[in-house]
Parts: sequence; C-alpha cells; structure tokens
Amino acid sequence: MNLRRPLILAAGLIALWQLLVALTGVPPYILPGPLPVARAIASHLPALAGHLGATLAEILLGLALGTLLGVSAALAMILSPLLKRWMLPVLVASQAVPVFAMAPILVLWLGYGMASKVAMAVLIIFFPVASSFYSGMRRTDADLLELARIMDARPLKVLTSIVIPSALPAFASGLRVATAVAPIGAVVGEWVGSSRGLGFYMLHANARMQIDVMFAALAILAAASLTLYFLVDRLLDRLVFWQPGEGLR
Amino acid sequence: MTAQPARSAPDIVLEGIGLHFAGQPLFQGLDLTVPGGRTTCILGPSGCGKSTLLRLMAGAPDLAFDGTLRVGAHPSPRGLAAWMSQNDLLLPWLSLLDNVLLGARLRGELSEAKREKARGLIREAGLAGCEAKLPSALSGGMRQRGALLRTLMEERPVILMDEPFSALDALTRARLQNLAARLTTGATVVLVTHDPMEALRLGHRVVVLGGSPARVVECVEPGGPVPREAGNPELTARYAALMARLMNGEAA
Repeated sequence: MNLRRPLILAAGLIALWQLLVALTGVPPYILPGPLPVARAIASHLPALAGHLGATLAEILLGLALGTLLGVSAALAMILSPLLKRWMLPVLVASQAVPVFAMAPILVLWLGYGMASKVAMAVLIIFFPVASSFYSGMRRTDADLLELARIMDARPLKVLTSIVIPSALPAFASGLRVATAVAPIGAVVGEWVGSSRGLGFYMLHANARMQIDVMFAALAILAAASLTLYFLVDRLLDRLVFWQPGEGLR
Repeated sequence: MTAQPARSAPDIVLEGIGLHFAGQPLFQGLDLTVPGGRTTCILGPSGCGKSTLLRLMAGAPDLAFDGTLRVGAHPSPRGLAAWMSQNDLLLPWLSLLDNVLLGARLRGELSEAKREKARGLIREAGLAGCEAKLPSALSGGMRQRGALLRTLMEERPVILMDEPFSALDALTRARLQNLAARLTTGATVVLVTHDPMEALRLGHRVVVLGGSPARVVECVEPGGPVPREAGNPELTARYAALMARLMNGEAA
C-alpha cells in the first residue's frame, strides 16, 4: 500500500489550515493554528489516549453489535416472507426518526455509561448493514438459483453457498458506510451525557475555553476514524475478493 | 438417481404444448419427441422460443403451460436433468474443482470419491493444474469447459444446453464442441443453438423451429457419428439449405 498520497494530502490540508489562520488573522479561541493544536496533543497525550480508548471501544462494540443485528434482520427477512412484510416498513420508518433526537432518550434509558453510546452507534449502523445485505441477497443471479433448483439443491445450502456469498460485495459496501458513520453515533452519545470519550473531552475543553485542546481531540478522533475506515476497507477487499468494479480503479 | 451413470437415457416427449409469453402465444399445440440417448439440436431465429422450450424441459416452475411433458416415464425432469447455459455460471468465490463439485455440495453429497471423479474429469478436459484456480484466473474457454464438467458431474441421463458455446471464439468453440460430444455420449442431449453449423456438427437430429406461434418447421437427421467434421460435403450442403431456410424467413 502506497502511503505517500494520504501523507501528501494530510500535509496539504494542514498547510491550508495554517494559511487560513495566517491570512484571516482569526483569533486562536475561534480557530487555533496547527502548531498550538500539535502542542496541545503532545501535552494532553495521556488523557487523550484514555478518552480515545473509550470512544474506540464504543465504536467497535457498536460496529460488532450493529452488524450482528443488521445481518440477522436481513437473514430473517430473506428466510421468512411474512417477517419481511412486517419488518421492512419498520426498518424504513426507523430511518425517519432522526438518530440524534434519540440520543437524550438513550442516555435517559441506558445511563451515562458506555451502553447508551454503543446503542447510538448500533442505531446508526443497523440500517446500512441490514439494507445492503438484504438487497444483495435479493439480487442473487436468477440463473444461478435456477441452476441450483435443477441440481436439486437443499434450500439451506443454496443460502450458504450461493445467496450469502453473492450478497457479500453489497454487504461490504454497507459495512464501509457503517464504519464511516459509527464514530458519529458514539460521539453524539458522548455529547449528550458522559464522563469519558473524545466527545466528552471536547465539550469539557470547550467549557474551559481550551480551544486548542478541543481541536486536539477532534484531530485525534478524525485520525482514528480514518484509520479504522482504512483498515476495514482493506480487510473487506481481501476477504470479499470477488467484488465487481475493478474496471474503475 | 444422481449416482447412476447416464445409461438408459430417457426420451423427452412434449405433447400439445401451449404457452403464452407477454400475452402472445409462443407455442400452440406443439408436439416434439426428443429421442433418448442421442443429441437433438434445436435451431431457430432468436425470439422464436427455443430457450423457453428448453427451460420448459428443465421444469422451470415459473412457466405455466398446457399439454404434457414426459421425461421417460416421469411427468417431470426432476432429478433427471443437468443444465448448461451460455453464461458459465461459475461461482467466482469457488475454485474450479469446487465449482465442478457444486451440485454435490448443494445436495450435501460431497465425498472423496466425488472429488476424485471431478479431478479425473478436469484432467480429461485438459485443465489439469487448474483445480485450485478461481474462475477469474481462467480464460473464457476454460471457464466454459468448467461449466461442462460441472454439468457432467451431475451424472444425469438428460443434459439440457442453452447456447453453451456461443460466447466463444471459433477455434475454442470447435474444440469444446468435440469435447462435449465425446463426454455426453449416451445421454439424452438437447442443445439449443442459433448456429446451423453447430447443430449439424453435433446433432443426431436437428429440429428447426419457426413461425409464430412456434412450430417444428423442419427435422433433419444428418448421417454418421458426431461430432461431424465441418468440411464434410453433406454438412456443407445441409448448412446452405438450413441457412437459406432461416434467412428467407420461412422459419422466422
């Protein structure tokens, strides 16, 4: 993997940031420059690392649970047409409720601890995973299913050997989206009420007018989210090697 | 049934078949007998219903038709037929060997004996060394050979082929035709094609469909064993006649 491009991109963005600060003369309590933020990262490193650990744990747990629930829901809808007729409208309706509006309720129900943040991430992840996996299975090549029928295939074998593998490229796309949005769920949950995590630390710093520390937490969060996305993307590329779309690379 | 070799291959009898497609009658009172243990090629212009006829013989559940279908003494081809189409339908996540073994896998019948047989077939088809390769690492001709082997692995007495070689270049096609003719000997083969020369090379009997609703407009039985050589004068003459018939619209 060539790391040069992302490094150049990051350097370019940081330079642009510095240029913006220098040219506009914006006060540091509105937008601190890259250097003060870097200094803040260095001086608050132990605290930042601890809060990063908490946020990462929320994100990863949310990803695992949300994926598990999404996959189960998609499988249930594929296996039972009756369940599909009842679940599909609920699934769509669940997206009509703004997830952010749910955050205070989740904190009220599940408390200030990790559970409410994980639940938030799960809520955000569930839909892209369930819908991508479900529609991926629905789009299984009809000719393959006809071939399996002529072969007198067992229905469960068709599911495990043909339908699910056929859906994995679509599922992988859904999981990529889920990985990208999972940190949003965790951080919004932290904003509403918590005592740990980078979202909490940002609010905490904001209240004390430590704007450079706030940006330091934000930078760490962005770096962690990007790294997570990159790792998941690579892993999926390797595991689901029959994904179409090589032509556009 | 599946463990049985393709001996005593049954006739396929269609009587008084009627079928509507998009509100139009595709077949009306169509009668056709496919003799057992031989290769019958169904030829006709595109859209005449030859592929639908093949799917009907495969027992496709979405085709509601009138009339009767018999495969030997059975009212349905269930467990008797194997299928091969123009698209190789190899699963991109399985190796060539696993693709050849797909039917056994889907029925939960995988065994070392089956694996050994599949390896033997792969060697016979000139694909030795490719067992572990994924379909994406194989050429179009190799993939279609894999599809043929998967079909043969089924050991069904009836083999239904829907334009199986039409996506291949001329040389690869001729080689695969020869291989298919050799390996399907003794089975009841129905091969749908739009290529008169393919039909004449491979078919003990060539059935030409035409008209709307489609009917059998001609039935040719060239002499001699299959696969026939393309340079054979009888074939050349029959080819010219079939082409003329297809082109001047008699069969359209």
